[in-house]
Formats: sequence, C-alpha cells, structure tokens
Amino acid sequence: MSDARARILGRLRAAAPASAPDRVPVPISPATPANQADLLASFRARLEAVRAEVHLADADGWPALVQRLARARGVARLLFGADGQLADALRRQFADEDTPALVPYADPIEAWKGELFSGIDAGVTSSLGGIAETGSVILWPGPAEPRLLSLVPPVHFVIVAAAQLHATLADAIAAQRWAEGMPTNALLISGPSKSADIEQTIAYGVHGPKAFVVIVVT
Amino acid sequence: MAAPSELGGRIGRALGNAAARANIARAMYGLQKKRLLAFPDAAELERLRDAGEAIKRRAIARLPELLETLEASCARNGTQVHWAETAEDANRLVLDILQRHGARDLIKGKSMVSEEMGLNAALAAAGIEPIESDLGEFIIQIGGEGPSHIIAPAVHKSRFEVAALFREHFPDLPHGDEIESLCASARAILRRRFRAADAGLSGANFLVAETGTLVLVENEGNGRLSTTAPAVHIAVAGIEKVVERLADVPPLLRLLVRSATGQPITTYVNFISGPRKADEKDGPREVHLVLLDNGRSRLYADPELRESLRCIRCGACMNHCPVYVRLGGHAYGTVYPGPIGTVLEPARAGLGRLGELTEASTLCGACSEVCPVRIPLPSLIHRLRHDAVRTDGAGAAGSGARRRRLEALVWRAWAFVHARPAWYRLWTATATRLRALAPRRIAGWSDARATPRPATRSLHALARERGLDRE
Amino acid sequence: MPAPALTSPPEAVLFFGTCLIDLLYPQAGLAGIALIRRAGVRVIYPPGQSCCGQPAWNAGYRDEARRVAAQQIAALAGGLPVVVPSGSCAGMLRRHYPALFAGDPLERDAKALAARTFELTEFLVDVLHLRVDDLGPPLRVAVHTSCSARRELGAVDRIERLLDGLGGVEKVEQERKAECCGFGGTFAVKQPAISGAMVADKCDALAAAGAQVVVSQDCGCLMNIAGAFARRPDAPRCLHVAEFLWERSGGGAL
Repeated sequence: MSDARARILGRLRAAAPASAPDRVPVPISPATPANQADLLASFRARLEAVRAEVHLADADGWPALVQRLARARGVARLLFGADGQLADALRRQFADEDTPALVPYADPIEAWKGELFSGIDAGVTSSLGGIAETGSVILWPGPAEPRLLSLVPPVHFVIVAAAQLHATLADAIAAQRWAEGMPTNALLISGPSKSADIEQTIAYGVHGPKAFVVIVVT
Repeated sequence: MAAPSELGGRIGRALGNAAARANIARAMYGLQKKRLLAFPDAAELERLRDAGEAIKRRAIARLPELLETLEASCARNGTQVHWAETAEDANRLVLDILQRHGARDLIKGKSMVSEEMGLNAALAAAGIEPIESDLGEFIIQIGGEGPSHIIAPAVHKSRFEVAALFREHFPDLPHGDEIESLCASARAILRRRFRAADAGLSGANFLVAETGTLVLVENEGNGRLSTTAPAVHIAVAGIEKVVERLADVPPLLRLLVRSATGQPITTYVNFISGPRKADEKDGPREVHLVLLDNGRSRLYADPELRESLRCIRCGACMNHCPVYVRLGGHAYGTVYPGPIGTVLEPARAGLGRLGELTEASTLCGACSEVCPVRIPLPSLIHRLRHDAVRTDGAGAAGSGARRRRLEALVWRAWAFVHARPAWYRLWTATATRLRALAPRRIAGWSDARATPRPATRSLHALARERGLDRE
Repeated sequence: MPAPALTSPPEAVLFFGTCLIDLLYPQAGLAGIALIRRAGVRVIYPPGQSCCGQPAWNAGYRDEARRVAAQQIAALAGGLPVVVPSGSCAGMLRRHYPALFAGDPLERDAKALAARTFELTEFLVDVLHLRVDDLGPPLRVAVHTSCSARRELGAVDRIERLLDGLGGVEKVEQERKAECCGFGGTFAVKQPAISGAMVADKCDALAAAGAQVVVSQDCGCLMNIAGAFARRPDAPRCLHVAEFLWERSGGGAL
C-alpha cells in the first residue's frame, strides 16, 4: 500500500502549481459582541432557539440547581466523571440516600456498557466554555470525564463558566490554544440531538441526548 | 425517433413522478430560503466566500505537502493512515481492518465517500453487515435505494412512505405517521446497534494537517456514537479534504453549515485526534484514516478541473439548480448529483460513459452564485462539453468520445455560413423569402412550444434599406 | 463582468443585432436602433455581422465558434462602442471572447471588443440616461431577466429601472423570478423534457402574477416563454424591452 501512497503523491507533485496563494485575512462577524453580558445573551438566545435549556447559577449554587433540575425531570441515576473537576462539589451536594443517585463513570466502558446504555438517566459534565455566536458549548472529554458520558444518557447537563464564553469559534481556538494539543475528541455541542431528514421537518432526540441543559456559572 | 438513452429514461421517469417532484421541490425551495436567512449581510457573505476560496485554493495548491504533514501529525496522535488509489483498494483496506478484528458488522455515520466506494455492497459480499445510522441513510438503506441528495438522502420521500417502510421492516414496533414517532423508532432500533457494533465508520468534513484532526459535523449524534462506542473507528475521506491549520476550520464551518441547511452550526462538531489514550475509559482503541484518490489526482492534474476539488460538499449547488429541483438526485444515476456531480462524475468515469450529463444544464449560473468556495461550475461543465467532442485528444478522460459525425458536420456547415457575410446574407434572405416552407415542427422544441418562423425580412435587409449599414 | 465605463453618449455606436433577432425578431432590433437614434446617437449596422458564435461554443465546438467569432471581431472593428440587444450575446462578446481567443493572434482584438461591448439596457441607462415618457394605457408588466444578463453581466437592475420610469406601468413580480426559464439555447432541443418542465413552471409563475405583458432583454427567453404560452389561454403579450419602450413612448412604425 505504500506503493499507492507513492503513486498518489507522485501524481500530485507532478501537477502541483509552482506557488500557493497567500492567506486571506478572515472576516470577523460584524455582530461580534464585546462584553460579557452581550456574550451571555447571544449564547443563551441561540441555545434556546434550538430547544436547549439555559439556567444561571453562581459558583456555590450550581450543584443544588443540578439536583433540582434532575429531580424535576425524574432522573433517578445521574452519571458524572469520578475524577472530574465537578466531582467534589457534586459529592458534597448529593448525599448517599438522595435522589437522584450519583453514579461515577469510574471503570472502562467495556466493564459496564449495558448498564450505561439502559440504566443511566442523565449525565453531567464540565466544559471548556462556550461560543456566543452559535450558542455552542466546548466539550473537552478526557480520562476524568469520558466521551460517552455526554452522549449516551438521554439528558446531558453541562456546566459552563460565564468567564469562558468566547465570541466566535476562531476566538476560542486562538485563546485556548487548541493547536498546541488536541484531546482524543474535542467537540462543540449546540443543542439537543435532532434531524430534518424526513420532509425537512425538525425532530429532536434522534440518537444523541434528547435534552441539553446548560448551567452558566457566573 | 431514437430510443432515449439511459439518462433520458431516468429523466423521463423522474419528471413523471409527481409525488417525488413535489417533495424535492418543496425541500429545495425551502433550503434556498433558509440559506438566504443564514447570510443576511451580502457584503459579509462575499468576504466569507473570499476567505473560504483562499483557504481551499491554498490547501489544494499545497496538497501533496499537506497530505504528508497530515500523515505525520496522525502518526504522532496514533491515527493509522492508509492510502487508496481506487474504490476497490479502499474497500479492501476497510475489509482487511474489519476482518483482522473479526468484525461482523460496521455501524456507519454518514459518508458520501463510502457511497462512492460502493462499500456496503463490498461488505455484504464479505459477510459483514453495514448498518446505516444517519436517519436519512437508514431510510434509504431499508428502502434499497441510494441517496438522492448529498446532505438529505431521503429528501424525495414523504413521511407516509417512510412510515410504510418502517411498518414493513420493523413490524414489531408501533408506528404512527408522525415524524416524531418515526424518529423515536429509528432511535430505539439503532441504539441497540450502536451499543453492540464491532466497528464504526465515518467520513470527515475536514482533515487538519497541523494536528492530525478529523472534523466531523452532524445533527443527530450518530456520528459521535459510531466513532466512540465501537472498538475500531475507520474514517474514509477524499484526499482533497485536507486543510492546513485548525484556524482554517471556523470560516469553512460557517460557510458549510449555513450553505447546506441554513443553520448557524450543526448540533455537534467533532474534532477527533486519535484513538483512546491509555488512561481514558472509552473511545475506540484504533482509529484508521483511509485517504481515497479515485480520480482526484487526475482531476488535480488539470488546472481548470482542479478547481472542483475545492468542494466542501455543502449541497448548495444542487439546492439551487433548476434542473436538480425538477429531477432529484436519482435521475443523474451517479453518486454525486447536481452541478458538482455533473463535473466530478463524467471527469472521473470518462466522458464516453457519463458525458451526456453535461448536456443536462442550461449553464444558468445559479450554482456558482451560491458556491461557498466559488467553484466556477458552469465553466467546468462547459469545458467538459468541449472535451466530449474535441479532436485533439486532450482534456478529461474520454476526450472526444461524444463527437458524432452528423453533429460535427452540422456545426462545420453552420460555421462555414456564419463566418462568411455573403453566405450568411444569402441564408437569411432565403429563409425569410421561403418562410412558408419553414418546418412546422422541430423535434424536442415543438413538444412544449409553438414553433417560431422566420420574419418576412431580416434585420440585415431592413437595416440596409434604411442606410444603416454604411459608416 | 461589468459594463464599459462610458457615462455620456458617444457620437456613434455599432449595433450587433444577433442572429435570433436578425432572422426571427427584426422588430426588436429596429426598436433598439430607433431608441438610440432618437437620443441623438448615430447607429451603424455593420453588414459583415452574423452570429456571436454562442451556439457552437455552448455545444462544445470551440473551433467552429472561433471561426465565426473572428468574423464578428472583423465586422465590429474600429473602436466604436458596440450595443447588443441580448444579454446572452453581450455576455458571449464580453465574457467569453477573451477566453475563446486566449493565445490566439486575435486575442488583443477580442479583449478590446469585449471592453467596448454593452448590452442594450446597460447602454440605455448608463450612457444615454434614457427617460421615456409613458403615453400608453395602464398595464401590468412582468420582467424576465435572462440568466446571462443576471449572472454573466450583472445587468439585472437596468431593465428594472427602465420599467420603473414608465408611469402607466404597474410592475408585477412573478415567483422565483431568478430561476432559469429553461431555454439554454440547444438545451431546449437536446433536453426537451426538462426544458418543457422549466418553461411550464415559468409560465405558471408569470400568469399567477397577473402579467398582461412580459418583457425581457433576451429574445431567446422570449421565444421560449411565448412559445409555451401560445398553447395556453392565459397568455400575456411577450416582447423585447426595446419594442416595449418604443411602443410606450409613442414611437411610430419602425
């Protein structure tokens, strides 16, 4: 197969132009909001427009809010990252006999896949902030908060720091220096799962979480 | 009258299918409106297109170098890169990986490249079950069809047709005709498959050379599930998908999603950079990237046709094409339909096989008007028409294959007369004087329209009479 | 590709009639000539002209197109502005002649010709600043702009402005105004089924808008639309914008 590589690259090199055009400066959207309040307002509006839920809380109050919202949705078992940045605060809030029960994502998936797919009602994760222009949350899964945590359970609660809201994706990529090291799967989440494949009509909750609940911590 | 060609037959059937035509037209006109709403500022749209065109031009100009950079970045993050010259090679590579893992099935996120490969048939022949998880692809898979649009594969179907299909194939599940109910069924059916699948396949919207990252956009979450739950993730992508840096992605993303569906962004944008790390708890243990050539390097060798490699597969061209709007994708008989298909497919398969497609266009320019990366589609279609009949053997594959002696003779005679003023004036004088003998029917034209007749006197004659032909 | 930068009337122009107008719709040509002459500009109709070469060009027969185009370059020599009563033919001269003659000894002449070619409504508005007194009865008029005028020349607004200047005319807007009518030159004959479907929809839209008259810069489109309407009871009158302007302004027999 390295022959294929050599042949493909050979054909391309034989035909490649002598020079490449220069980079063109990328336009900045004229509606870029400058201050925190504007960023938050845009972030919230975009998310609510696609049926995501957005709540505000302060640094001490968000765990209680998560518990209240989870109970209101009838969540019995709430998954979280066992070694994640939210873990301590969540454990402090949720006493052992409380509802919902806190379930740590502690073992590799192979050990408990069946339970994840059928026995978990919601997941809660941290984030790396958000993007105001498109109403997107930046998720940076890793060993502490694995990928399926925000994907398999039908409800996803995510904690976003208001101070980590960026105007655009370009801003976030630059400010957070993504190019210096990408995780296995970084992602932008901009609402609950949906599809318009039937009659171009939007239906929610197709494969990913049916509900996307964003708690912005100010 | 000669029997219609295969393409002619498909066109006739497509035009005669009123239900599908209505579904497609409604969808396309709706997408046109959504795109306009997504780009409210015309000046900013042009700046964005400038940026998108420049990024892709640069990437294409540096393609061999960037592919090597991509490969090196992938090596660093553990993504295994494979090179496939043909669709068959690509299928064999995918099969090798699957067979090495003893995989019995492969759950697929949406991938037009996998359609181009004919992957599903190759898998089935090897006893491996391909499972389409994108809702539109899932629908056409159980319907035994191919996609009719590159973004919305089942756009030609009504929900009643989808419900009927579901009832037939999944009789145990309750089905209403409501779209929500159909989606809930698809979710339930496919959830089991995600959980158990041995391997997952995806395409890639962009391949970032700087970091060895696959960028994947989607709304449903099946892309994430297909690439996270199974132990093996195989990505297939055309070689032209590579861009240089992460910073190149935001403007292209803005153009892609707004041009395709009118959304500001898709529900999920995935940036995948390698397999599960040692201390991670989920994700595939292996990530493979199959880079597919399949005629792209040949297109690359032609500076004019190379422009088509900028395509970011948004579908805007076909959404705005008056021919596509009336035919839908199946009539083209190709993997990629619409204006971009009309360039890529004949250039790849050869003009002898698919050159007729280049005739199915009025060159109206609606496509290039909306192309986010400014591919001059009408010029490229026009160029292929020329290649189809030229005599010097140059140009795309199958050069000259559509040249017919009779038609060539007609144009030669036409040129003879029109290049010689005296002959031309004789022609118009005769045609006007003998107008009573003009044909009452012109094949093709007169089926739908009254047949025009020459005037009583030509403009030449009238101008001369008025002394206008002298300085 | 923008029109030449001429903003005041020249002493004389060359009129390129187009083969379609020459043979089938000479009245449209005479009306265009008359409008220009009435504005005080001399019009010369070079006798050596025939066809811009577009039919062969679009069919892929570039050598044949070039031979015919070379004759037009010769016929239109001399440096005067050229006025063309057709968006598609003006587009051929302005947009495609430079490409057709790239690397050819006539390349410079082709570019020079392209640089002084106007589509008629461009000339009437940009150069003659034409004001027409509307002496006609109230009328509902729809404009059909050819794809060439719209997208190759960027000239769509000129015909709109000319119509807006007519006091008795109520302009009606048909749905999907920017969509192709399905003519496409040889397309109408090579792909008659698709073309028929497109022109049927265009006629439906024009009829639904309540147009009593349809005007256009292009006789190709008019031939297509009028031909399809001829089979229908709801047919509006279809004519070239030059004829319409001449008629509305009380111009006499051509």
